[in-house]
Amino acid sequence: MKALKRKYIETDVLIIGGGTAGCGAAIALARRAPRLRVVALEKANLRRSGCLAAGVNALNAHINPGRTVQDYLEYVRRDAEKIVRDDLILSMAERFNAITEELERMGLVFLKDDEGRYVARGKRNLKINGENIKTILENEVRKGPSTVVLNHVNATDLLKDKSGAIVGAVGFSVNFEEAFIVSAKAVLVATGGAAGLYRPNNPGFSRHKMWYSPFNTGAGYAMGIRAGAEMTSLEMRFVAQRIKDTIAPTGTIALGVGAKEINSQGEFYASKYGLSTNARAYGAANENYEGRGPCRLKTTGISHETEEDLYRAYLNMAPAQTLKWIESNEPPSKSDVEIEGTEPYIVGGHTGSGYWIDAGRRTTLKGLYAAGDVAGGAPKKFVTGALAEGQIAAESILADLNDIDDASSDTIERLAEPFVDSYERKLNRDESKWLFPLELEEAMQKIMDNYAGGISASYRYNEARLDVAEERIRVVERLVKSLRAYDMDDLLQVYELTDRLTVCRALIAHLRERRETRWPGFGVRSDYPNVDEKFELFVNSRLVDGKIQMIRRELTGKETVRER
Amino acid sequence: MSVRIEKDRCVGCAACVEVCPGNLLKIAPDGRAFVKRPEDCWGCASCLKACRFGAIFYFLGADVGGRGATMRVEIDGEISQWIFNTPDSPPKRIVVDAQSANKY
Ligand SMILES: Cc1cc2nc3c(=O)[nH]c(=O)nc-3n(C[C@H](O)[C@H](O)[C@H](O)COP(=O)(O)OP(=O)(O)OC[C@H]3O[C@@H](n4cnc5c(N)ncnc54)[C@H](O)[C@@H]3O)c2cc1C
Repeated sequence: MKALKRKYIETDVLIIGGGTAGCGAAIALARRAPRLRVVALEKANLRRSGCLAAGVNALNAHINPGRTVQDYLEYVRRDAEKIVRDDLILSMAERFNAITEELERMGLVFLKDDEGRYVARGKRNLKINGENIKTILENEVRKGPSTVVLNHVNATDLLKDKSGAIVGAVGFSVNFEEAFIVSAKAVLVATGGAAGLYRPNNPGFSRHKMWYSPFNTGAGYAMGIRAGAEMTSLEMRFVAQRIKDTIAPTGTIALGVGAKEINSQGEFYASKYGLSTNARAYGAANENYEGRGPCRLKTTGISHETEEDLYRAYLNMAPAQTLKWIESNEPPSKSDVEIEGTEPYIVGGHTGSGYWIDAGRRTTLKGLYAAGDVAGGAPKKFVTGALAEGQIAAESILADLNDIDDASSDTIERLAEPFVDSYERKLNRDESKWLFPLELEEAMQKIMDNYAGGISASYRYNEARLDVAEERIRVVERLVKSLRAYDMDDLLQVYELTDRLTVCRALIAHLRERRETRWPGFGVRSDYPNVDEKFELFVNSRLVDGKIQMIRRELTGKETVRER
Repeated sequence: MSVRIEKDRCVGCAACVEVCPGNLLKIAPDGRAFVKRPEDCWGCASCLKACRFGAIFYFLGADVGGRGATMRVEIDGEISQWIFNTPDSPPKRIVVDAQSANKY
């Protein structure tokens, strides 16, 4: 057993996860309350962490000329088949344009027309050079006079006092033998969504060549679930339609170049299925399922100039794709681009999964706020929405701070000790144990793939399969408890896996509860293959005494039926 | 998916170790950087951009269509020059200007 050095930090606001939403909150707090102490705690380095590491090509959420915030709500409602919170979408969307202008002031480069106006891509997108968007945000965070950035610290658990309020968090350095215990008056969780629950498209050497960041492991969901926070819509998984092999985004080709989906029989099939995100994903999956694959985006015939522009565009966000085109000698002007559906992700910035929050981004636990992909009820956030949510949470925190008492630091020590103790017990390599995190991660991914609607099951699942998934995930959870780590890097892997398993268990409970098929592209419940009006509601859950309790809420948020 | 580090060029400055979003790069006992779990690389290229010594190159795993080509980048202010080396054709260079936006 190794003894970890304990580092105690006291702050006003703790932000867990320095991605888009976390940076948005840190910037907003520093501008509005320059003397407020803010700690941004990040498992990697703010400069290149999270979804934005490689860059992005567009701001996907902007109210373009002639459109309104209400239009955005209607679009999201349609796309999510009604399961959205109007208050969350509206409060986020009304900030899109101001945030966009702020990004430009920070140095983000936009495509402009001759009159200096932003150039729109479709109804809601703007074209940018977003390769450096994360470094731009980091520079801005660093300007905060009372902001401390704590890189390379992985948070594992929230600290909850006797009254049930969140008063801090605990984590460990990914490099050194140190535990971090942070006490705070308010905690914002902004750790992004969860990738790596299901067996991925490329399960071997390129197992992390996936769309969503493989380093967003669902830690924020997991720590919330364990602390008893209410979660919503985990069953609304996200299956992305992406470029085969590199899993690079398709929007730049589909929206930017206007390339259409075509099956192997030369048929443009998309209109058969509809235009929503899930209908598109379902279209490709079903064409493959019924034997008309592979499906491609018809790019042949684009000009040499367009092709060179595409090469540059992908270098600024998904460089693997440019290399693939050049290396394979199958440039998009000569070969249509094959697409495939990804494994399911849990990501509240694209679909609705995450913390159940109020319009101020307060979770159901006092002192805990959520923003970005970890927050539920508001699909289609993208970059500007994640920043908006960070900003809204910051404003709520400032409004609430007066009512919050300081937690006494000796309480914090006592609250943190069991967690630190658990790190130390795991840091004890026992040669009689032969299990490794990777082995158990693959076991988890296989179970989820086969029994909870992964790629190999064509995203289909039923009650009997979910029974098997639940039972087997429990077995893996038990085995994970016996894992031991050589060093801090090993310990990180043990905790990442533990968090993913916590999310899997809650996800299975949600998949079971929604006895209908509302988003066929994201998953088909074979025993209830149709939409059922009865399920025009939110499926929520909370961990109570180690059991997942399901809660049903009306679309307005009111609790209706509590089951089991 | 992964990157490789050229030992002769690496000076052990740890700039790549610092930025990797997955904490996958470490400094070996010989003072040079190495990729601890190559299969855990996302392919974001943050390390290539952080390395001022051109010591890191990027390649596609054969399982996602890699055929032995490599890619590296040289950055000079706003201009990034990406260099592609393929086994059977002359190197290709693509210049990206940080001030010009994506047109698509
Ligand atoms: C490949 C890709 C391309 C995209 N392209 C676009 C686009 O072109 N346009 C657009 O508008 N949107 C795009 N999006 C969506 C957008 O990037 C996300 O919705 C947004 O960045 C989410 O912000 P976030 O803060 O919730 O998550 P992130 O930005 O991922 O931040 C989460 C942060 O938490 C950290 N973290 C995780 N766990 C822990 C822990 N236990 N302890 C401490 N820190 C932790 C992570 O390292 C990360 O820094 C894209 C997303 C992806 C994945």
